[in-house]
Amino acid sequence: MYRSHVLVCGGTGCTSSGSQQIMETLKEEIAKNGLDQEVAVIQTGCHGLCALGPIMIIYPDATFYSMVKNEDIPEIVSEHLLKGRVVTRLLYQETVTDSGVKALIDTDFYKKQHRIALRNCGVINPENIEEYIGTGGYQALGKVLTEMTPDEVIQVLLDSGLRGRGGAGFPTGLKWKFAKQNDADQKYVCCNADEGDPGAFMDRSVLEGDPHAVLEAMAIAGYAIGASQGYIYVRAEYPIAVQRLKIAIQQAREMELLGNDIFGTGFNFDIDLRLGAGAFVCGEETALMTSIEGNRGEPRPRPPFPAVKGLFAKPTILNNVETYANIPQIIINGPEWFASMGTEKSKGTKVFALGGKINNTGLVEVPMGTTLREVVEEIGGGIPGGHKFKAAQTGGPSGGCIPAEHFDIPIDYDNLISIGSMMGSGGLIVMDDTDCMVDIAKFFLEFTVEESCGKCTPCRIGTKRMLEILTKITEGNATMEDLDKLEELCYYIKENSLCGLGQTAPNPVLSTLRYFRDEYEAHIKEKRCPAGVCKKLLTYNIDREKCIGCGACARQCPAGAISKTDYTAPGKKLPAMAIDPNKCVKCGACMEKCKFSAIYKK
Amino acid sequence: MASKKETVPFRGTPEQEAALKKVIAELKDTKGALMPIMQHAQEIYGYLPIEVQTMISDETGIPLEKIYGVATFYAQFALQPKGKYQISVCLGTACYVKGSGSVYDKIQQLLGISGGECTPDGKFSLDSCRCVGACGLAPVMMINDEVYGRLVPDDVAGILAKYE
Repeated sequence: MYRSHVLVCGGTGCTSSGSQQIMETLKEEIAKNGLDQEVAVIQTGCHGLCALGPIMIIYPDATFYSMVKNEDIPEIVSEHLLKGRVVTRLLYQETVTDSGVKALIDTDFYKKQHRIALRNCGVINPENIEEYIGTGGYQALGKVLTEMTPDEVIQVLLDSGLRGRGGAGFPTGLKWKFAKQNDADQKYVCCNADEGDPGAFMDRSVLEGDPHAVLEAMAIAGYAIGASQGYIYVRAEYPIAVQRLKIAIQQAREMELLGNDIFGTGFNFDIDLRLGAGAFVCGEETALMTSIEGNRGEPRPRPPFPAVKGLFAKPTILNNVETYANIPQIIINGPEWFASMGTEKSKGTKVFALGGKINNTGLVEVPMGTTLREVVEEIGGGIPGGHKFKAAQTGGPSGGCIPAEHFDIPIDYDNLISIGSMMGSGGLIVMDDTDCMVDIAKFFLEFTVEESCGKCTPCRIGTKRMLEILTKITEGNATMEDLDKLEELCYYIKENSLCGLGQTAPNPVLSTLRYFRDEYEAHIKEKRCPAGVCKKLLTYNIDREKCIGCGACARQCPAGAISKTDYTAPGKKLPAMAIDPNKCVKCGACMEKCKFSAIYKK
Repeated sequence: MASKKETVPFRGTPEQEAALKKVIAELKDTKGALMPIMQHAQEIYGYLPIEVQTMISDETGIPLEKIYGVATFYAQFALQPKGKYQISVCLGTACYVKGSGSVYDKIQQLLGISGGECTPDGKFSLDSCRCVGACGLAPVMMINDEVYGRLVPDDVAGILAKYE
């Protein structure tokens, strides 16, 4: 028995800011103070508040320390753990009130959240199966195997209204039903953990923080459809997740929760890992399966759907990590419980990865139907630097943006589609008035051009042409006819591409055209970038009345574009400097250097 | 884009070859074994030159053109050797809107190489990547396994100097 438990986040965000070192120091300091029999240090998964990492929570009183530095550790140990005095200056400031310390769940970041998929993240040690079992883990699998028929399991999922969390939102129960209906000597259960959408990291967090939830759900799926083998296709770029999955699979096998004759019921199920090798298109189901088979990850036409002919030409289901993470909870708590959350057609909760221009970068899980305003302003803590909200981008390279006029829209699958965006896997990047929407559209197109597998023409060549037009626009060389051509191409590519990657690739352009057409037109007609981002359209100038002629800018200029003029402003001792626009490479170095705000861009 | 620079001659050792053969013997009969074999091979050699691909082909009986096709399809597989210090700048959306593009430019300028290339002394290689999942620290870059976050272009020179 320990009197106190110190939970240190070992997710990727906090590990990147040094939490492993902190854990080492913590253990040393605790031993030095003779507390190692009283205080336990536990590594957990992600708490969600990645912007404040490294994060440490001390139980039993749940004191939340944020942005902890290695040199703070001796103080935390001697003050808090030894003497029982909270180190107020290191607390998450939101928890500090006049009357004392407020509980973490009452802070703005956490109070509107409802954690189902993330329920164990940051709570248990993901490398210890007993902690998962201690929070009710593997009970759902036991219940399914001993009390339910496969049809009953599928019915529960259908009743719960759970839809796929990977992007398209297909009802999970229906997918399983189709796979069950097809007789075959072998079927497969696959898990898509190839989280490729740049800016989304909820799947990684679940795998790092609660890997057994995914294993348990896959075994349930195996029982429901009649499969004995599962594959998790996980990004090789997620080394911590891969490591924790390996440990989890090993421990589950040792406890006979994977393998032969699970729970003595005669049901066999095992799981293997396959590492993705960095191809975005492998998030598409047929491409993912082709990749597991050891081929170039190119998609193929559907039908036949994977439920009929999937991996190794056998009936297969593929669900994403977050979808699986919900399933044990649905089995335990019942479909009515799950369906009581969310909106009419989107049940349960959704995890969003908040990023970009927002104060509380991190992972949040909210009931479907929460408004964008609540997510950005209340949970996300608003936009830093007093800037104005311009748009939120959801769905990554397949999605679109939600402008300020739709700030109060309840977020669910259907609402997002109706305003030209999509849920996607849940990346939510906030943009402010210093972001150029044409540049953002171009950024996503660069991504799709690079990631297009090249199998079908509309996607391979079409996206390339789109990128060329967008480049012309951002460089001020486009005409209004180009804009029409761009739009026409968008619809053509959407209708004719083979897989989801191509069919959704034009979305970032279409949605920015829909809400920010004026920005496109400013680039084309006025050769001007309203947000001041597109370099080719900017000019840097020196205000000769403000310039004191110190020459710091000229020394900084890599292109030798700045020289002295013969004008000296009243009250200044040296002649003002000026920028030669023909030589200027628009790097902005001069502007950063100038202490007198005499340099401006327009 | 492939670099036009001279390629480094292949310097495989018998130990590496033995390690590769052992991996192949273990995995050969697994379904869909090619990618795991290639991933192990890349761990052993650091990259997948044609010599290594040929060895895999000889051992498994999988045609070389298929192996080459897989090697060139996935971003993870490198046909050229990487530098001693592999720099990888995140150009995922969250990092991009926080200015990782100018960090990337700055590194190219300082090292005199473009993305996907290696400095002539074999010290640094530079790549962009899509989201390492440390969006809370945006913009982020990695040098080997070390993560550097909340970067501005002016930080770059100081960080690179640590590896000189």
